[in-house]
Amino acid sequence: MSTVSMEAALLLAGILFMLGLISVLIRRNIIFMLVSVEIMLNAAGLAFIVAGTRWVQPDGQIMFIFILTMAAAEVSVGLALILQIYHQLKTLDSDAANIMKG
Amino acid sequence: MELTFYIAATVAILSTVMVITRYNMIHVLLYLVVSFLAVAVVFFSLGAPFMAALEIIIYAGAIVVLIIFVIMMINLSQEDVQREKEWLQPAVWVGPALLSAVLLAELAYIITAANPTQTEALVAVDAKVVGLALFGPYILGVQLSGILLMAGIVGAYHLGRQKKKVIHRFLQERSAAA
Repeated sequence: MSTVSMEAALLLAGILFMLGLISVLIRRNIIFMLVSVEIMLNAAGLAFIVAGTRWVQPDGQIMFIFILTMAAAEVSVGLALILQIYHQLKTLDSDAANIMKG
Repeated sequence: MELTFYIAATVAILSTVMVITRYNMIHVLLYLVVSFLAVAVVFFSLGAPFMAALEIIIYAGAIVVLIIFVIMMINLSQEDVQREKEWLQPAVWVGPALLSAVLLAELAYIITAANPTQTEALVAVDAKVVGLALFGPYILGVQLSGILLMAGIVGAYHLGRQKKKVIHRFLQERSAAA
C-alpha cells in the first residue's frame, strides 16, 4: 500500500472532475468544451488508478488504458465534428449549432 | 513520496483552474499540457509508472497535438504577424514554465533522493502485471477497444470529409432556370 492517503487522491480526482464539469457548463466555445471533457475523463482515470493502488491489483490500470483508448477515439471524432460544424456555420459557438438542420 | 504527491496535486489543480479561466486557446492548451504532466507525476507517486508514461505520451502528446492541428486549420485565415508577436510575450509562457519547473524539480528529487530500500512501503503495480492481466482475463476488452478505435477512424474520416456537391446536369439546368 502506498504512503499517499487514498482520501486525498480521490479528493484530487473529484476536484479535477468538478473543474471539468464547471468548464463544460460555463464555456460556449466547442473546442473548450472538448478540452473540458478530456479533463473529466482524465479525472475518472485517476480515480481508477487510485483504486488499483489501494488494492494492489492491475485492474485499475487496465481500466485506465481503456479510458485512454476511448478518449483517443472520442477526441478524433469530436474534432472531425468540430471541423464540420465550423465549415457549415462559420463559427465555434455551440449555441449556434442548436438548429438540427443540415 | 507523500510530499511529491501533494505538490503535484496542487500543480494539477492550479493549472486546471487556469485552463478553465483563460480565453486564448493556445494558453489553454499550454496549461492543459501542464495539468496532464502533473497528473502523470501523481500516477508515478501512486505506484503506476507505466500509466504515467502512457499519460504523457497519449494525453499530453497525441491528443493535445491533434487539438492544436485543428486550431491551426480553423484560425489560418485570421493569423498575422502581429498576433504571432503577441504570443511570444513572457506573460504567456511564464506561468506554465513555472509550474513545469516545479514538476521537474520533483522528478529530480524522486530520481536522486529516493532510496530504493525505503520504497517497500510503496508497492508498485508494474507494467508486467498489467500486461499479463490485459492479455489474460481482459482480452475481450482489448478486442472491443480495437473495434472502438476502428469505428473512431472510420467515423473521423466520414465526418471530416469535405462533401463535394455533385448535381446532375439536368437538375443543374433546372436549378439555373428556376
